[in-house]
Parts: sequence; structure tokens; C-alpha cells
Amino acid sequence: MTELKRTPLFALHQKLGARMVPFAGFEMPVQYRGVIDEHLAVRERAGLFDVSHMGQIHFAGAEACTALEWLVTCPIDSLKVGQVRYGLLCNTDGGCVDDVTVHRLSECEYFLCVNASNIEKDLAWITANAPRSANLTIDDRSAKTGLIALQGPAAQSILAPLASIDLASIKRFYFATGKIGGIEALLARTGYTGSPGYEIYVAADDAARLFELLLDAGQSAGIEPAGLGARDTLRLEAALPLYGHELDDTTSPLEAGLDRFVKLEQGQFLGADAIVHKRNAGLSRKLVGFELLERGIARAEYPITHQGKTVGVVTSGTHSPSLGKAIGLAYVPPALSPLGSEFEVWVRNRGLRAQVVATPFVSGTSAKTAANPSGKAVGKP
Amino acid sequence: MSDTEIPDDLRYSEEDEWLRSEDDQCIVGVTDYAQQQLGDIVFVELPEVGSDVKKGQPFGVIESVKAVSDLYAPISGEVIEVNSALANQPELVNGDCYGDGWIVSIAPSNEAEIEQLLDAAAYARHIADRNA
Repeated sequence: MTELKRTPLFALHQKLGARMVPFAGFEMPVQYRGVIDEHLAVRERAGLFDVSHMGQIHFAGAEACTALEWLVTCPIDSLKVGQVRYGLLCNTDGGCVDDVTVHRLSECEYFLCVNASNIEKDLAWITANAPRSANLTIDDRSAKTGLIALQGPAAQSILAPLASIDLASIKRFYFATGKIGGIEALLARTGYTGSPGYEIYVAADDAARLFELLLDAGQSAGIEPAGLGARDTLRLEAALPLYGHELDDTTSPLEAGLDRFVKLEQGQFLGADAIVHKRNAGLSRKLVGFELLERGIARAEYPITHQGKTVGVVTSGTHSPSLGKAIGLAYVPPALSPLGSEFEVWVRNRGLRAQVVATPFVSGTSAKTAANPSGKAVGKP
Repeated sequence: MSDTEIPDDLRYSEEDEWLRSEDDQCIVGVTDYAQQQLGDIVFVELPEVGSDVKKGQPFGVIESVKAVSDLYAPISGEVIEVNSALANQPELVNGDCYGDGWIVSIAPSNEAEIEQLLDAAAYARHIADRNA
């Protein structure tokens, strides 16, 4: 077994009493006080997450824009400096290599924030597919970068007294650089919880200091350190996809309902031909949100049947702390994707009735605004 | 786990269930250590009253937000009662695992199996060994 990596906050997590688990090659906190407490803290007040395991890949040079336009499904040239967009890296079969956020740092400089489990795969794929040019440098800064997510309705009021940046001026899916408690930071108004908040990029060496500073600053507001357990239930209530569950190398972004992050009508990008081909041929499955109508909890990989035939599979499922019921995401045939459609989820040899419901599951945690704040077609520059 | 409660008057299985003998029945639940390890419990699948359970075999399922775990029968016998309050309040297992969070009551078919269970001191050593 290869040795697990640790983020710069490992010692702090231990001090805070976290339960550590292996995740994506890292030893990460799954919970501190408890998943439900941490989940509700984010929805009602604020939660603080160490997501330093995630990767950051920088692109710089005159060819950076052209290279990313080819590599990523979302429009790049139309990104403003200081803007963030969600997009996918697709392979030639139109499957998802990874889902990423693209940040434009300057005219010719960008960085991608990528899934921890995919850093090496992404780098290999980027290296293989980016143009070789003296005008393009690609730099993996994952190990040098700490990333802390401050999420919840109290996030802005906790951060404001510490920040040299005017927080009100940062729109959703934009970022600014400045100092937080004297620490150099890139502050992005993004997140993976469905609640408002920020993701704060700092030098790895500053990450633990920033985490403690924010915990102190948020104490009166009721901030809680929050682990991967709450991160998963929060993102699932917001119906945000998780790579390895809703997305993988064989999944088309259109099956996952991510059409608005794919610039099919504009120019060429890697995987476009296969995605168009699949769309024209008709999708064989679609991602839906469902609720169980009977007692039980659906979990990833549980089979789905309809009229006695296996027709799909659960990709993620849990007990929703906000709603107090069992929710999940699943791939089903398009005929079963309309709201109100019913099917059975097989939980330990029993088929439990399930119904397709609107996503996000929890209102106010709009997946659309989280990922596409402008509400405009992302494809239109 | 110094803050784990292990009452002296109960017997324990290696699978982290406790058992309390009362007249001709045995009340069974999961230990404080188990509920701490599981975290927030959100669903308990109980056996049917009248069904037979076999020592060491799964008789139900307990689910936390994150994980699904089997419940193992500490003894063989017939299920004579289940804690139906857990259907609506599975969190009772977290809040009061040795009291209101009990799981089933079993009429033992082989009394000798009760004597084979661990006492509190042996169960404490069992947990310590496992975490060593």
C-alpha cells in the first residue's frame, strides 16, 4: 500500500479531534463533532473545510487560452480576469477525464482546480493533449497550495473584518486577491456545498494559520470545522456531481445533465465530436434526483429496476440531514427521467419505491447558480 | 477511547453488541464504542418479531450517514420484541445506547451462549487490542 499523503492541516485536524480516513490518496478528516451537526452548521451558520488535497494546475503564456479552449468544455476566451467557470476535461470518446473549475488570473494566465484523485491523470492527459509550445508552461502547484473552504450564510460576515478585499465586490464565481489576517490569499466566491461561501487559496505553509484564524473569528457566529462526511451530504443535497460517482471516463457530460457547461455550438474542443455524435444518436441514460418513498437509505451502486427489469444504478445516496429523508442521484433510461417517474431501488434484496424529484433537493442550494452564477448560457461569449 | 462507557452489569460480543439478561429474555443493543464509531445513526433495519436469530449471524442493519453495518446476534434464539421507536428515532442509539436505544429482545435457545460472552473488563480489553 502506498503511503497516504497529508495536507498541511493534518496536525490541526488531530488537535481538533477529527476522525481521519483515507480519501483520494490523502489522510483526511471525515468528521469532527458529527456529520449532521457539521452539515447543519453550514446550512444555518458556517463550516470550515480543509480541501487542500485538491489539485491546482497553472497555465501561463501566449498559448494558454488556446490550449485551454481545446482542453476544457467551457468557453475560456470569454472568461474575464478574476472570473471562474466550471467545465469538464473530456476524452476523445466524450467521457469525462475530470470536472474542474477554471480561474483566469490575467490575460495569459489561468489555473484549474481539479479533483485530488485525478491530479496525476489530469497532468498526464493535459501533457499529452496540450500543444507543445515555447509559449505555454504548465505547472502543477497542488503540493504548494493550501485550500480552505468557508461555507455558510455567515461566511461573509466572518471574513469581512479579516479581509483586505471588499467582499461585496466579489460576485458569485469571481475571485480577488489580497490579504486575510495578513496572509496572502486568492479568495474565490465558489464552493461545493450549495450554501454561499468562499474557497480560499493560500501558500501551503499558511494554511493551518488561516484555518485557526477563521475558526477563532467565526466562533461567535457558531462556525464548526467540517469534514468530508458533511461535504458529501451537502453537495448531494445541492445535486452537485462527484467525480467517480456521477462522472467518470465513460460518462458523457450530457448524460450527467451538464449541457450548459459544454460549448457544443462554439468551435472545437477535445471530445466534442463524440459528444455531438452521442447526442444525435440519442442518450441511453440520464442522471436524475430521487427520493425513497419507503423507509431505507439508497447507497451508491444499488441497482434500480422498473417493471421487473434492471434499468439503472444509484450513483450517490444518503440520508439528507436538511430534509430528514433518503435522497440520491441515479442513472436511469430517459423515459424514467421526468419528474414524478417511479422505479425501485434495491436495498438488501428489497425493492423500495422511489420517485424522481426536482434538483437541487434543498431549495436555495441551486446547483445552477453555484456552477453558473450569471444564469446566462455559458456557451455564449 | 477512555470516554467509552462499558457498564459492569452487561455482557458483550466481539461485534460490539451488549446483552442484558432479564428473566427469560435478553435485551440486546450496540455498545457506546460502536455508536461512537458509527457516528450519526439515521436508520435501523430490525428483524421480524417471531423470527429466529443465530449467534454470530447478521440479524439487522444499522446505518449512519456514511456507512452501512450489519448487526450480529450475540446469542441464538427467537426475537420476541423489537424497539419500534427506532423507526422514527434511530438517533436514540446515539443518545442512549444502553437504555432507550436498545434494539431487540431475544428469548435464548441456548443459555450457555450467554456465559460465553465477554464481561465488561474483557470487552474493554477487546476494544483496546483492536485499537492497538
